[in-house]
Amino acid sequence: MPTLHTVNKSPYERSSLRSCLDHLAEGDSVLMMEDAVVGARRGGKFVEVLKAARPSCTVSVLAPDLAARGMKADDLAEGIALVDYGGFVDLAVANARVCAWL
Amino acid sequence: MTGQSKRKKFLYINRRAPHGTIYALESLEVVLIGAAFEQDVSLAFIDDGVYQLMAGQDTSGIGVKNFSKTYRALGDYEVRKLYVERESLAERGLTVEDLMPISFEDEEDDYAEKPSILVADRSEMVRLIAEQDVVLSF
Repeated sequence: MPTLHTVNKSPYERSSLRSCLDHLAEGDSVLMMEDAVVGARRGGKFVEVLKAARPSCTVSVLAPDLAARGMKADDLAEGIALVDYGGFVDLAVANARVCAWL
Repeated sequence: MTGQSKRKKFLYINRRAPHGTIYALESLEVVLIGAAFEQDVSLAFIDDGVYQLMAGQDTSGIGVKNFSKTYRALGDYEVRKLYVERESLAERGLTVEDLMPISFEDEEDDYAEKPSILVADRSEMVRLIAEQDVVLSF
């Protein structure tokens, strides 16, 4: 059973997104929330890093955190999904464990 | 409730250097709680977390408790799996020789002293995470 990895710090400020992506297994999911959402913006320098992460893994962004920072679905880099709080719950249920990268 | 408790696999991931923040000390306290409930406890030291196990820590000049000796007592609480990431050590110019020697007495092997520190590649860390029931991050 796969793992849900959560990241809540901006990759421009901390290395936690990098560490998270270095520790993914096949089929895992990544959820970027709180300040981490800034790393998912189209044209940003972490878009390539996210794309290079395991192709079998999905990357999602928590919508209320994105909206709170003045961004919309259109602002997200290609291949990154947008989920609401219900979607967060679905991810938690679909995975065997949650690993937080603080 | 059936009253029958299942022994679960708990992994504590430590990614911060000690003393600058409270994370390392808090992690240690929660580890001891997990051990008191006789769970299957493993510790992972990744990124700056490897500094928690440095030998020769001297906090007398900064006015905080030196809790680093506590790691050496973990073996007595059945906490015997301290995984240190090889890549994290190398990126910081460290080797396992820079860390405290930590060991436990194996009662099933005539109380032989065995090392608790296990250097693990990043790929082994990925497998370690995948086999846990609970992952707690500090």
